[in-house]
Amino acid sequence: MIVAEQKPIEEIKGFLAEHKRVLLLGCGTCVTVCLAGGEREVATLAPILRMSGSIDVVENTIERQCDAEFFDAVKEQAESCDAILSMACGVGVQLAANIFADKPVYPALNTKFMGTNDGAGQWSENCLACGDCKLGVFGGVCPVTRCSKSLLNGPCGGSVDGKCEVDPENIDCGWQLIYDRLKTLDKLDVLAENPIPKDWSQTHDGGPRKLSREDIAGL
Amino acid sequence: MIGTEYKSDSNLEQVLSRGDFAVTAELGPPKSTDLDLIKKKAGLLTGCVDAVNITDNQTAIVRVSSIAAGKLALDMGLEPIIQITCRDRNRLAIQSDILGAYLLGIRNVLCLTGDHQCFGNHPTAKHVFDLDSIQLIQMLKDMRDKKVFACGEEIKNSKKAEVKEPRMFIGGAANPFADPFEFRVIRLEKKVNAGVDFIQTQCIYDMERFSEWMEHVRGRQLHKKCKIMAGVTPLKSVGMAKYMRDKVAGVTVPNYYVERLAKAQDAKAEGINICVEQIRQLRETEGVAGVHIMAIEWEEKVPEIVEKAGLKRQ
Repeated sequence: MIVAEQKPIEEIKGFLAEHKRVLLLGCGTCVTVCLAGGEREVATLAPILRMSGSIDVVENTIERQCDAEFFDAVKEQAESCDAILSMACGVGVQLAANIFADKPVYPALNTKFMGTNDGAGQWSENCLACGDCKLGVFGGVCPVTRCSKSLLNGPCGGSVDGKCEVDPENIDCGWQLIYDRLKTLDKLDVLAENPIPKDWSQTHDGGPRKLSREDIAGL
Repeated sequence: MIGTEYKSDSNLEQVLSRGDFAVTAELGPPKSTDLDLIKKKAGLLTGCVDAVNITDNQTAIVRVSSIAAGKLALDMGLEPIIQITCRDRNRLAIQSDILGAYLLGIRNVLCLTGDHQCFGNHPTAKHVFDLDSIQLIQMLKDMRDKKVFACGEEIKNSKKAEVKEPRMFIGGAANPFADPFEFRVIRLEKKVNAGVDFIQTQCIYDMERFSEWMEHVRGRQLHKKCKIMAGVTPLKSVGMAKYMRDKVAGVTVPNYYVERLAKAQDAKAEGINICVEQIRQLRETEGVAGVHIMAIEWEEKVPEIVEKAGLKRQ
C-alpha cells in the first residue's frame, strides 16, 4: 500500500488560515489502511480544525481519490466550500486539484512510501516502482529499495551484523537479506554474476511515467 | 620491459608488475582552497611512496576535487590514485572526468561505492549511485580495453576521428571485515571479473581475520589475478583505537592493541610501532603485494613508518 502520515497540525492550520469553509476529504483505500487519512482520521482532525479558529469544516470520505469517478459524490459539498483539504496520498491530492480546478487543494498528509505493515504502528518501504522488477533474481528481496545505496552488487562495507550503517537500529542490510535468502534457496551462485548497470530510464528518471494498455482501452 | 606490456602508463602498475612490495598512502584534500595544505601534504609524501590516493569528498564532506588535488600532486612529482565514488556522479559525469583526468596525466583510479551522504556535511543532498563500484570498474576497463563508453560507442570525437581512449590502472577496495564474511571473497572475485587491476583493503587491525580472508583469496587464486595491497592506519591514541573499534562500521580493533596503547608512556610512538609491526607481518603474507598506509590527518608520520618498516623508496 501507499503509506502516509499526517502533517504537523500547525502546517495544516497554516494552509487554512485564509479560508472560511473547508471540505476535509478522506480516502478509503491505502491511507485508510495505514490509519493516516481515512474516515476515522477525518473525524479526528475535523474538530481540531474547528476548535482552532472560525473555520467551518465539512467532512466526507470517498472510496479512492486516485480515480476521478469517486469524486462525483462530493461535488456539491466541494462547491459550497472555498478550499479542499485532502487526506489522500499525493496522487489523490493532485487528482482533487485537477477536478476542483477553481479551488485551492491542500495536502493534510506527507506521502512516505510504498510498503508493508510490519505490525501495530510500523511500516516499511519495499518498492520504489523502478519499472523493471528484478525480485526474481534477488530471491524476493529488492536491492534497489532495501539497500540504502540501491546497489546491484552489494553489500558495501557498511553492513555489520545484518544492519545498514545508515541507521543500524532501524534498517536491515538489504544485501544481508538477499544473501541469506539465496543461501536458503541454494542459489548463491546467482551472486557471482555481475548485473549490468540498471536502465534508470524505466524509473522516474525517464520523466513522469504513463501506462497505456490497448487490451482494456474502451472497456 | 617495454611500455606496451603494461595496461597503462602508471608507475604503480610497474612497481606491482615487477613484484616489488608497493607502498601507497593517502592524501585528503582540504575543505577549502588551501593550496599550501595540499602542497605541504604532497611534499611530505613525495619520494617516500609509489603513489598516493586522493580521496573523493571523503565521508561525504565537501573537499577539493580528487582530480584537481591529484593534478597538483602530480606536478610535485607524486603519482596520484584518484578515488571516484558512485555517490555524487552518474555515468556521464564519471566518464567525462576520466577523460579529463587522463589528459591531465592521471593514470590510476580507485573505484568506490562511496560513503552515504548521511555521514557528511550535506545530509539532505540527493545521492546518485547510478552505478555501483563493480559496474564502475567494468566501465573503466571497457573504456581502456574495448575503447568504448558505457553506452557502447567508440571513444572518438567523430566517425572519422582516431580512437583515443583513457588508459587507467584500475583499483578497487575490499573490506575483509564487513558482513557477510563468507561473501566478502566472492565480492572480491566479482571485482576481479569486472576487471580490477589492484585492490586496497580497509584498514586492518584484526590480523587473524585478515589471514583467514587471505586464505580464501588464495583459495580462489585471486591474488594472481589482481594485486592486493593491505590497508593500515596508525593509531594515534587510545581514544582513536576505541573510536575505530566501536564507531566505524566494518572495522574491528582487537582489545590487545587498545590495551597496549593504554599502557604505553608515549601512545603515539606505540601506535607507530604497532603499525610497523603490522606492515612487516603483512609483507610476509603470501598474496599481499603492497601496503596502503592511511595515516588520517597524520601524513607527516608516513615517511617514518615507511623507513621503520624497511620500505624506503630508492
